[in-house]
Formats: sequence, structure tokens, C-alpha cells
Amino acid sequence: MRIDGKGRIDRSKEISFKFDGLTYQGFGGDTVASALMGAGVRLLGRSFKYHRPRGVLTAGSEEPNALITMHSGDKTDPNVRATTQELYEGLQARSQNRWPSLGLDLLSLNNLAAPFFGAGFYYKTFMWPKPFWEKVYEPLIRRAAGLGALSGERPSDRYEKAFAFCDVLVIGGGASGLMAALSAAKTGADVILCQEEAEFGGRLLSETEEVDAQEGADWAASVVAELEAMENVRLMPRTSVTGAYDQGTFGALERVAHHLPYSLGRPTECFWRIVAKRSVLCAGSLERHIAFQNNDIPGIMMAGSMRSYLNRWGVAPGEPIAVFGNNDDAHRTARDMAEAGLHVVALIDSRHDAENKAGDVPFYPGHQVAKGHGFRGLEAITLRAPNGSESKLHVQGLGVSGGWNPSVHLTCHMNGRPVWNEDILAFVPREGAIPGMTVAGAANGAFSTAGCLAQGAAAGLEAARDLGFKGELPAVPVAEDTPYRQGRLWAVEGKGRAWLDFQNDVTVKDIKQAAVENYRSVEHMKRYTTQGMATDQGKSSNVSALAVLADVTGRDIPETGTTTFRPPYVPVSIAAMGAGGADKGFAPERFTTSHKATVERGAPMIEAGLWYRPSYYPAQGETTWRQSCDREVNMVRSTVGICDVSTLGKIDLQGKDVGAFLDFVYTNSFSKLKPGRVRYGLMLREDGHVMDDGTTARLSENQWVMTTTTAAAGLVMRHLEWVHQALCPQMDVRFTSVTEQWAQFAVAGPKSRELLNSLLDAPIDDESFPFMQNGEVSVMGVKARLFRISFSGEHAYEIAVPSRYGDSLYRELVARAEAMDGGAYGMEALNVLRIEKGHITHAEIHGRVTAFDIGFGKMVSAKKDCVGKTMSERPGLLEDDREMLVGLRPVGAIKEIPAGAHVFETDAEPTRVNDLGYVTSTCFSPTLGEVRALGFVRNGRARHGDKLKLVDHLRGVETVVEVTDPVAFDVDGGRLRG
Amino acid sequence: MRLPCPICGERDRREFYYQGAATLAHRPSPDAGGEAWNDYVHLRDNPAGETRDLWFHEAGCGAWLVVTRDTVTHEIKGAELLERANAD
Repeated sequence: MRIDGKGRIDRSKEISFKFDGLTYQGFGGDTVASALMGAGVRLLGRSFKYHRPRGVLTAGSEEPNALITMHSGDKTDPNVRATTQELYEGLQARSQNRWPSLGLDLLSLNNLAAPFFGAGFYYKTFMWPKPFWEKVYEPLIRRAAGLGALSGERPSDRYEKAFAFCDVLVIGGGASGLMAALSAAKTGADVILCQEEAEFGGRLLSETEEVDAQEGADWAASVVAELEAMENVRLMPRTSVTGAYDQGTFGALERVAHHLPYSLGRPTECFWRIVAKRSVLCAGSLERHIAFQNNDIPGIMMAGSMRSYLNRWGVAPGEPIAVFGNNDDAHRTARDMAEAGLHVVALIDSRHDAENKAGDVPFYPGHQVAKGHGFRGLEAITLRAPNGSESKLHVQGLGVSGGWNPSVHLTCHMNGRPVWNEDILAFVPREGAIPGMTVAGAANGAFSTAGCLAQGAAAGLEAARDLGFKGELPAVPVAEDTPYRQGRLWAVEGKGRAWLDFQNDVTVKDIKQAAVENYRSVEHMKRYTTQGMATDQGKSSNVSALAVLADVTGRDIPETGTTTFRPPYVPVSIAAMGAGGADKGFAPERFTTSHKATVERGAPMIEAGLWYRPSYYPAQGETTWRQSCDREVNMVRSTVGICDVSTLGKIDLQGKDVGAFLDFVYTNSFSKLKPGRVRYGLMLREDGHVMDDGTTARLSENQWVMTTTTAAAGLVMRHLEWVHQALCPQMDVRFTSVTEQWAQFAVAGPKSRELLNSLLDAPIDDESFPFMQNGEVSVMGVKARLFRISFSGEHAYEIAVPSRYGDSLYRELVARAEAMDGGAYGMEALNVLRIEKGHITHAEIHGRVTAFDIGFGKMVSAKKDCVGKTMSERPGLLEDDREMLVGLRPVGAIKEIPAGAHVFETDAEPTRVNDLGYVTSTCFSPTLGEVRALGFVRNGRARHGDKLKLVDHLRGVETVVEVTDPVAFDVDGGRLRG
Repeated sequence: MRLPCPICGERDRREFYYQGAATLAHRPSPDAGGEAWNDYVHLRDNPAGETRDLWFHEAGCGAWLVVTRDTVTHEIKGAELLERANAD
């Protein structure tokens, strides 16, 4: 119901919206919860387990009950708290966890079966028969229990991440936070003030007490105006600080567009990482419930929230009204409701010695509420007098206050445990729990407005002074300073179910049951009963639950302790936390300079790390990749082929000690390599296994260029920096990655030199460019680097030009190759060519092989030390039963060698214990007219010519293979020198 | 988590590559024997408290750092360039 003359809403601005298909009216400034309360809607949702009717409990982000689903289709946003969702024209929301409808929820039959559904029910009941768990029980339970559901569609709304830095971060924009921000900002410090709600002011917006002789909300607005005018202040409304992390890093969720009918290009949410040198936590406090029978009926809510709905939004859950509490603060609700003209029939205070602070309302000291009546909405309460006699009072709304809990959550994110304060019967933050953070105001247990203002001002100033800023304490406004008095009452004695955790349907009885079954540790109790889980994380129930646990286990509360508060403080959508990390944000694409020309030719691209490389180039009439691949292999072996090899890592090394440095990182010697020459090198890890391989060219006396494999480019760069900085910093060596700066193409085949000479400004021959030569050349007037190296085994070159010439050079090379019956070749053909030649890739040097295993033992120079040398000489790594690199060819009926297959003696069972080795690379070799593979076989170098059984257990292939030398084609290497 | 790079200033840990214990910078001589090498390559302490470990400012200046931190409190006590740490 709406209350005339109350609230800070804009009654001139009517807003219509839909809830469960029905249209309602609200006003500017309403939340979905306040608008529905204003429209007389009390039932907003169903509980998780029993499907009990639930209404609005709180007025903030701690809400356990009033969860709604916003929007539909690919914009579906489940589990939105109606208490924080700002209203806008055309908003559409629906209730959750009900079937078929909110009013008639057939699954509420669970409620009748409640005696069987207590704590630990799932663990005990669904044990037998075992296969039923996955097929029957779990789907049924999931159908019946739960919160809102995702749409299953790809979301179309946008999320962002952002970073911010400041001197002082103030968390919470209520009375304490505003003063903290003001006093810190006045020193000149950079201040960020985050406030969860759209409006600053916190509880000041909900109270009638004045600040500096004006309304609290007006005072807050004046401070906000002052802060807004300061350049060193950043105000962040609608931003919840979600977590405190190491070295002053905080996570924060900004709801950018949730309150708008159209996002207008804005992201829905932005997840911030804020780095602050100091922080002041002014997160306020949250009210707690009192457990009694049926205390979850819609219409029963927190007393402080009832006051918020009245004073901020001008609504009430119904009339007549009663208030039940164990502290003075509850009296304010009764007072404000009565002053607003509502019919307050009872102010019930469990304390026998309580004095009425609410004015002219019926007052019941020493009384308790024993029971709520009604099903879909509150109709009456049972009032229990000190002598135990009970009477029924007809009420529509009941405000309950079991005291207030400081919001200590963020102070616990780095393992800090809060401290029990017996004066306020609540946990307060442990000092120094988060380095650089101080806590002020209600979050620190200061519950009066004056206390909040003073603590905030002092904490803000102190934080800035700590950083060297200078300033004085600003004038602290005059405000109410009533002492906070409270009696101890967690749960009212009695039969029936008294609810603690509304979101997870945990009752007092469940906690007692957990204790009986020896789940006495608070962490065990939590997991056994699910107390404090799900979207609200038990913000309004945790302390009450552990107080009940303490009582039944005969311990005090500090001894019982709390569960661990972990980030995030409020739910954060994965889309916001991972913003920018989906799709190409997760795996950016790296394109070579020939990418465009390659795609134009219709080549399917395959990923190589982040790079994209052509698989093959389909020619007219070719319908399978094998046809293209075979043609490209034959082309390279007979004429000339072009392949972009720019993805290989290229590292430019300079300095007079590069030779000595390379001697140390490579197993073989480089220092004696002459300028103009290229050498193949092998790198080991310090544990003696092969890390990477590649060629390094000495361009001049003091300049070298190293190539790495595509996959290991980053790894090798890091390794070189490590070796230089850690192991030989005295060496005069500087290096940098130039992978992106040079476009490099392989020109391979018997006609490669003929093709190059048609392009080079000065022709080359065998004398000027023998095998493993490098030098500077001029290509159509552009300076280029030419290397006579070969991965294909053919007479071949690699030519490198600055990347800006890559596209045109590639097109020119391919056009000229095609004119010579050659052309472009892709990764499939490149792979076949190298398997025929027994050249290794990371399929072979996969991290578990040594130089000895791949037959390169002699490349580990005996004359010098190098990384990995000592460990590579361990006896176990040099024995005959090592798995050694071999070639394999099929000699059985089945002419296949699948990669990953294992080999065995022909008469052995193909089981693990008889395993002799495995296949690493395989291809059909058009050159040899048969399948050829590389692999590792135990003592393989001594077994050339032996026949072994090959079994691929996965694909169900079994055949016989012959072990061969890894080099299957042109064994003496005549072609690459010719 | 933030690390104070002596060259770049305090930076987010995502800019760094983590290597492991700083003992890795003390490579034994080739003839130090199997035990020393096994210790160097394979064995690490797992302290509850102060630890010194190696971080590479890969998305920054490219410097290898020795960072002193506390594994219990997560306090970062300092960072120095590996080259300098080795020289000391």
C-alpha cells in the first residue's frame, strides 16, 4: 500500500511495468520491490526447497527472498534482487522457482513432506539404488529446487572490465563514507567513493532524524555536491565493492545499464579492479531476524527495512502493523509508522526492562511473537506474554529486529576473523585484517549517526595523512547520538519450523539436528544444512544460526566462531568478471602478412598457437585435402613451392659475446660460426631434456638472428632472458624478438634458385650461396635477408623482408612459382615433406625426450658446458632401453599407421607392460607411395628392419610395421646441396 | 596481487611470469656432483613465511626479479633485479 505524503519518490513520474505478465504502476525512484509493495503485492517468490511463499524481507542487496528474473530470451537475467532493481518504464520481470505459477505452486507439496526433508536429507535418502542418483533423483531434485535459470542462449548484452587507481578508496556512501571521502579529499588525495545504490546517503535516506538541522538526505546531497566539484574525487554510484585482494587491489561491480530501458550502447555491467593505497570500509550494517514459527510469511520483514520502505518509498506491507524486536532501534519503526498515520497495534520488545521510545503505541515489554499466521500473506501473530499466556493479534505487516550485524565481510577476505563484541552482540572487524584498510561507522560497530560521522571523518583523514597528505578534520555535523541497547534473543522457543536462512530453507531445528549428528563445527554445520549459501550468502541469518549452534552445543559465540566470508560480497555475473575474455578476447588471432592472399586462394586455415596458417591450397577439381596435399608435395619435390614461415620465432641478438652466449644455450658450438653462415642448434632444459630447436644465422661479426619453433617462440625468449640475467649477466649480449617485424617465406624445390634469380637484383649461385649460407640481397630494390636452409629436404631458401613488403612479395613469389608449374603449399604438405626427411617438430620433442633419444647425442658438445648438459648425462638417460626416434612403415595387411598408436613385439599381448613405443607423426608419402611415420621405439636405433605389432586401441587398428631409419627420403642429403 | 618492479614500479601480477624459488639462480658447476644437481633441478623448500622467488616481467621491461614475500600474510617485502641480487 502507498502512504500519502511519505517517501522520496517522484510522484509526478508514473512508471508502468510488468510482473508475471500483469501490469503495475510505480513512481520515479521506486525499486521493483517498493513498487510491488505499493501495489499491494506481497508474494514475490517461492523458497528454494519447500516452495514456501515468500515476500520482501529487506531493502537492500542482502535480500534472500525477493529474487526475480529480468527480461527474456538472450537477455534473460536471473536472480535479480527486486529490492535493488530500479524501476523504469516498460520493465518486465517474473518470479522464479514456481510451477505452474507463483500463486499455485504445485511443487509446494514439498512443504507438506517437510518432516522428511530436514538437514542432511539428500545425503541419507537418495543412496539406493545407486544408479538412480544420476538418472532419477538428481534430475528430480534439480527440477524442484533452485533459483532462477539461465536462458541457455548466448547473451547479446555487453559487459566490460576497467581499472582504476587512487590514494584512498572509500567503500560505502552512507554517513560514514561521505565524511571519510570528504575529509580525505580535502587533503588533496585522490579519492574513489563507491556506493552500492544509485543514491548516496545510506541509512540517512531511510531515517527521519536530522543531520545539522536538515533532513539526512539533504545533508547527504550537499556533501555529494561538494565532492562532485572536486577534481580529485571520483564518485561511483551503483558500484558494489565485491572483494579485497592482495596489495590494495579491490574488485567492484558497477551496474551501468540495469536501470535503463535501453542500454544505448552502454555495457550492462562493468567489473572494476581498483588499486588503492589506503581504503576505508564504511559498509554499514545489516539487520538480523528473530526465528519463530512461520516467521517467513510474506508481510513479515526487517523492522529497519520496513522503515526504509515507509520513509524512502512511501509504502508499507499492509495494515494493521506490529513491530517485534529486542533492541531500541525497532522502536523507531513503530514510531515512524504511527507518525505516518498507520495503525500500529503493537510494539513488542522481548526485553522486560525496555522503555517505550515509540510514543503513543501499544507497548508490550517482555513479550515475544511466538507464531505467524497466514499462508500467502501475514494475517495474524500469536503474542506470548511473560507468563506464557498467548493471544492472537490481527496484523498484515510485522517488522522484526534481532539487532544489527556490522558488514565485516570485506575485512575477512584475506583470512581475517572478526571479533565478537558482547556490548552490541555482534561481530566487529579485527583491526589490521586487510593491510591499509580502516573501518568506520556501523561497519565498525558504531551505530549512532553521530558516531558514524565522527568515525568516518577521522578514518578518511587518517588514511590520507598516512600517505603524506596534510589536512585538518572537517567540521563534523550534529546528529543523533542515542546509545544502542539490545537484549539477547535469537530464536523464540516453541514448536514448528522457525526459519533462519530463508534462501536455503534452514530452520532452527535443522541447526539442532546438525549438532546432534556431531556437525558441531560451524563450517560443518554450514555444509550439512546449507545455511548461508547461495546468492545472499546468509547475510541476514549467519550470526543467528551460529548463535543457535552455540546454544545447543553449550559453547559461547566467540568459541563457535563464524564461517569464512569470501568474495564476492554480492553476486557477480561471470560475464562481467570475465568481460573481454570471451572468444577472440580469450584467443586473439595472429595473422601473417600472406593471410589475405592465402584466404583469397580458398585455403582452409588451421590454428598454430594464436597464429593461423594455411592447411592446403585446393586447386580446381580437387575434392579432398589429400589430393591437394599430394600435389603440393610432388610440386616441391619436382619444381618449386612457396610457404610462409613467418610464424617461427625470430630473435635478433647483438653484442660481442653472442657466440659465447649461444655456446651456452645450445648444445652445439656456435662461437666459431663465420659471418654469413647458418647452423642448426638444439636447446635443452636444465633437466637435460630437449626444449626447442632451430637455425641461427650469423649476419655479421656482432649480429645474429635465431629462429625458434612457432610454438616455443615466447618460451625461448624468456629462457634467453633467464640465461643472460641469471647465469651470465657479464656477457655483452642484447636481444629482442623480431618475429612480427620480418615476413619470411620458404622457397623450396629444384627450381627455387631459378625463381629467386628472376626476382633478385643480383643473381646468386652455388658459390655465392652454398647450403647453410646467409646474406643480404636486394629484391626489386628492397633489402632482404636470404638464408639457404631447408626443412623440406630440397634445394631451398628462406627469404625475409620487412613485414610491410610481405604481402606483395608473397604474391610475387607465388605468381612466379605458378608460372614454373610450382605454387603455394600449406601445412599438410610441409608436414609430409619433413616426415619423409625425418625432421622433428614438437610432436617429437614433446618435453620427455633427450638429445640421445632423437639421435642427436653427438650434438651435445663435450668441449663446453651448456644448459642441460650435466643432467643429460645421467646414466638413466643414456641407456639402450630408451625409446629412440625411428621411422615406421606398414608391412601388414592394413596400410595405416595412426598417430598415437603403440608398438609391441609381434607375439606380445598389446598391453601397457609390453609397450615398446608409440607413433608421433604420420603421413601418406606421395614421394614413396606409402604411409610413413615417425615414432619412438625402445632401443629403436638397433632395431632397424625389425617388424613390430602396431595397435591403436582407440581407433581399433592393428597391423605390422617395420622399424626404419627416421630419414626415409634422400638419405645422403644430395638434393638440398644440389 | 601487485609486484614492485624496480624498473617499472608497482604492477599487477598478470604482467609477470612466475618461475619458482630463487635458488634456481645458483647453478652448480658441472662437476658439482649428482646430489647438488638433483637438489638444484628438483628440490624446493615450501616455507610457511618468508620466501624468495623469481618473477619475469614478461609484459613489461623483460627483467627477471627476485621477489621477497610472505606466503602466510601475502605481504610483498620487496623486489630486486636478478642481476643485482646475484651480484650481492
